[in-house]
Amino acid sequence: MTDSFQLAGKLFRSRLIIGTGKYRSYQEMQDAHKASGAEMVTVAVNRVPLDRKVESFLDHLDPQMQILPNTAGCYTAEDALRTARLAREALETDWVKLEVIGDQTTLFPDNEQTLAAARVLVKEGFVVLPYFTDDLIMAKKLLDAGCPAVMPLAAPIGSGMGVQNPANLRIMREQLPDAIIIVDAGVGTASDAAIAMELGADAILMNTAIAEATNAAQMAEAMKLAVQAGRLAYQSGRMSKRLYASASSPIQGAIK
Amino acid sequence: MIPKTIGVKINGEIKQVPPDINLAELLKHLELPAERLAVELNSEVVRRINWENVKVKDADKIEIVHFVGGG
Repeated sequence: MTDSFQLAGKLFRSRLIIGTGKYRSYQEMQDAHKASGAEMVTVAVNRVPLDRKVESFLDHLDPQMQILPNTAGCYTAEDALRTARLAREALETDWVKLEVIGDQTTLFPDNEQTLAAARVLVKEGFVVLPYFTDDLIMAKKLLDAGCPAVMPLAAPIGSGMGVQNPANLRIMREQLPDAIIIVDAGVGTASDAAIAMELGADAILMNTAIAEATNAAQMAEAMKLAVQAGRLAYQSGRMSKRLYASASSPIQGAIK
Repeated sequence: MIPKTIGVKINGEIKQVPPDINLAELLKHLELPAERLAVELNSEVVRRINWENVKVKDADKIEIVHFVGGG
C-alpha cells in the first residue's frame, strides 16, 4: 500500500486519476474504473445534442468517484473560462482540469493561454489543475498563480509514447520539492506509469492507455500496480547506476 | 403584432421557439432534462435558480452543455 496524498485539502489514497473517454461500452468503463482503484475521474463538457434523446453520462459513473470536469477542446483562455464556469454550474464542483489546446495535430497545450485562464479561475475560487508542457518555469508560474498542483504532459495526448523527457520531470521534481506534480497524458503502458512515478510524480492522469487496451479492466489493474510500484521505488531511493559489474556473491572463497 | 416564434441560436443551430418563454420553459420545449446540465446565454452562465426569471429574446445565443466521456 502506498501513502496517500492531499490535493486542495482532499485526501486521495489512489495516485491514479483516470478518464472516461474512448471506452467501447459503459460496462467496460465501469469495470476499468473499479479495477484501477481510482478515486477521481475526468469528464468533458459538451453541447447537448438537440436532435435526439439525451441520457446522462454521469449516471454511468460510480457515485463515490470525484468528478473532475475538463476544458478539453478549448483553444483560447476565454473558451476555457466559459467551459469551466458551465461545468461548475452543472456539477456544483469548483474543481477543473484546465486544458487550453494550441494545435490540433499535437494537442500540445497553449501555455500562455493556460496561465491567463488559470489566473482568472483561481480568483473565481476554482481548484485549477492545469495541463501544460513539461516546463519548470511554466510550472512555477502556474503555482504562483494559485494552482494547487501542476499537470505536465509525458507525451502528446493519446500517443501512448510514455515519458519523452524524463530529465524535465526530474528537474521539476527536484526544483519544486513541495509541489504536487501530476503527470497528465502520454502514458501507454504500465512501465510508462512506473517510470513517471519513479521520477517523483505524485500521481498520474491517464485515459487512452486504459480505454484502448484490448482488455481495459486488466490494463487498469496493471496501471494501479505500476503506480504503486513506481511510488514505492521512488520513496525507496534507488541504487546508483554504474558502468561495470559489482558482484552480489562473495568473490573470495569460491572453489578453484 | 406579436410574432408566433422567435429565432435563437442554440448550440450553434438556429431554432424557432415560442416568444416570451424563459430558460426553464426552453429546456422543457427542447425536451431536455433539467439536471446536470448548464446554460449560457450570450456567453454568460445563467444560474439554475435564475432560469425561470430569464426570458429568451430574438437573436439570443444560447449554449446548453452536459457531460460526456473525456480525459
